[in-house]
Amino acid sequence: MSALAHVPSRSSGSATSSGRVGRRRATPYLLLLPGMAWLVVFFAVPMAFLASQSLQQGNIETGYVLTWDWQNYVSAFGNYWPQFSRSLYYAGVATVLTFLIGYPLAYAIAFKSGRWKNVLLVMVIAPFFTSFLIRTLAWQTILTTNGWVVRFLRDVGLMHLFQLAHLVNNNVVLGSQLAVITGLTYNFIPFMVLPLYASLERIDIRLLEAAGDLYAKPWTGFRKVTLPLSMPGVVAGTLLTFIPAAGDYINSTLLGNPDTTMIGQVIDAQFLRVLDYPTAAALSFTLMVTIVVMVMVYVRRAGTEELV
Amino acid sequence: MTVADLSVSASGLSAPPAQAAGADLRLVALTKRFGEFTAVDDLHLTIPAGSFFALLGPSGCGKTTTLRMVAGLEEPTLGQILLGEADISATKPYRRPVNTVFQNYALFPHLDIAENVAFGLRRRGVKDVSAKVNDALELVQLGGYAKRKPAQLSGGQQQRVALARALVNQPSVLLLDEPLGALDLKLRRQMQIELKRIQTEVGLTFVHVTHDQEEAMTMADTIAVMNAGHIEQMGDPTTLYERPATTFAANFLGQSNLLAARISGGRGAQLTSVVVQGRRLALPTERISSAGEDLWLGVRPEKLLVLPAGEDLAGRNSLEGTVTDASFMGVSTHYLVRMPWGQELTVVQQNDGSAPLRTGDHVVVAWDPVHSFGLDATQDAHAGEDIGDTGGAGS
Repeated sequence: MSALAHVPSRSSGSATSSGRVGRRRATPYLLLLPGMAWLVVFFAVPMAFLASQSLQQGNIETGYVLTWDWQNYVSAFGNYWPQFSRSLYYAGVATVLTFLIGYPLAYAIAFKSGRWKNVLLVMVIAPFFTSFLIRTLAWQTILTTNGWVVRFLRDVGLMHLFQLAHLVNNNVVLGSQLAVITGLTYNFIPFMVLPLYASLERIDIRLLEAAGDLYAKPWTGFRKVTLPLSMPGVVAGTLLTFIPAAGDYINSTLLGNPDTTMIGQVIDAQFLRVLDYPTAAALSFTLMVTIVVMVMVYVRRAGTEELV
Repeated sequence: MTVADLSVSASGLSAPPAQAAGADLRLVALTKRFGEFTAVDDLHLTIPAGSFFALLGPSGCGKTTTLRMVAGLEEPTLGQILLGEADISATKPYRRPVNTVFQNYALFPHLDIAENVAFGLRRRGVKDVSAKVNDALELVQLGGYAKRKPAQLSGGQQQRVALARALVNQPSVLLLDEPLGALDLKLRRQMQIELKRIQTEVGLTFVHVTHDQEEAMTMADTIAVMNAGHIEQMGDPTTLYERPATTFAANFLGQSNLLAARISGGRGAQLTSVVVQGRRLALPTERISSAGEDLWLGVRPEKLLVLPAGEDLAGRNSLEGTVTDASFMGVSTHYLVRMPWGQELTVVQQNDGSAPLRTGDHVVVAWDPVHSFGLDATQDAHAGEDIGDTGGAGS
């Protein structure tokens, strides 16, 4: 009945109603406009610049010419592959560590914290109130050679183990792989904990009761129900940790030594000190493509799209 | 029928768990307190193996807490839960031969239907999982749905999956926590019949928790009416309905007219004579569950007849009154008849083709004395009344 009643009004006042329909169709695009404009100006255009830059030759005095010379990529990767692979390795180790520390923490906040839940969440976010740089500088103090952390590591014999694994040099933590990885782990823990918490908190506790009722011991219930259902959080958390950690250049600058140089530092130096823009651009592009490919493989294998 | 018979039944659900199969479930002095609040108060109950048992009561009466204690999801404050001779009070839920159909079904969203049903079998390392899963899905008529995810199924289908997931384990006791609460009325009726069929087919002990008296009466062999943490009355549906022992049972299970009465001239061999507001009525002596002289004389609305004033009523209880409300329901008409002392009696009259009475008509309400029952006058005449009315609608 009501559908019939609408028909005449639509056909008669076609001029005004078609205008209204047109405007209604435009609404989603209008809503998209600010975001799209931002993306074009601050992402797409710089990306095109960067791509073009990576294929140019010349120098800062005489100017650059687009030569489509792929040699930039070959030489950049040839010269800096150790820093490149080191970056992925450090980021990978830091991601695993943030996961090992972050998952129990997120689990405790989601299921066991009771009325302390909000306090604990604020404590997870609290480091963001200080700048990334300051927090990393603070680790210089924490890991200083005569500090109690280092003394403790020496006293319990852990330092010896770290030395054997070449994680530290001459029994000093600062300026070592250990310090860089510690800094990365510390700085990215909130990016791991928050998505994990969000996905754990959504799990219906009655599903765990059902698992127990169906003969699953607590640990089995965790493996078969909680862990699979928290996979969206695991994927989001590892991506949010791994991607920025792979491109990070603060931690290795402040806590590392020349042997721990990461690709972010190289790009930083090529752009701002050596002023070799084509090499810097080629490195940036290589890093980006590598990460995109790794993420695609990872997300495909984790199969998270089936979960929700 | 015992669990051992299962292998010959059409379902093909064979090889039950060795221990405690076919054992009675006994609750001894079971008590659960949450702080100051006593949810379950000194409950004694024996549920025979293979029976369909319903725990019926309003929300907050302790029925779900009782169920959760049997499942092991809640720890009793006091008392014991026995399965056959084994005390399972302290046994972890994952070691109890008991499975639950949860109120919200609690299906695992990340697993397909077959894996949901297989969950319990895999945990116990049972062989031949896929054949058992297929049998269980056939039993609940979901044969073709094995590869779907729970979210792709309707509420009724999810309910069946939850049932299959519990049944496939051949538990000694199957617990059902308001299993039909989320379904619409038509589907609920259909599932009531279905559940009863499945229970008869597999012969397992079903303990069914519900607030819906109709649901309990349709399916259960035995109903325990629960109120405020204890059992008001227990029995088969007919006995409970025809001979309620407390005012709560009388009002919660269907409706009752309760009249304040006093025994006059002692208890007779067959019938006892009582006085209600100066009028002499009779009820069977054996249907009086009160020791004192004062009692509530109860009678169900459909046992009453409304007749125009002046009919011959030899041998019947009769009271005169005025019709204050008549609602025609098709199959029957519900009348409210006001007594001279102000109380209104509810009468349900079968539609036998006779002309309906109108508001304001003077009538006689009559009934056979054998349909009356006598309750303890110290009990609240309105106990369980409002909650009983909403019971059928579900919530």
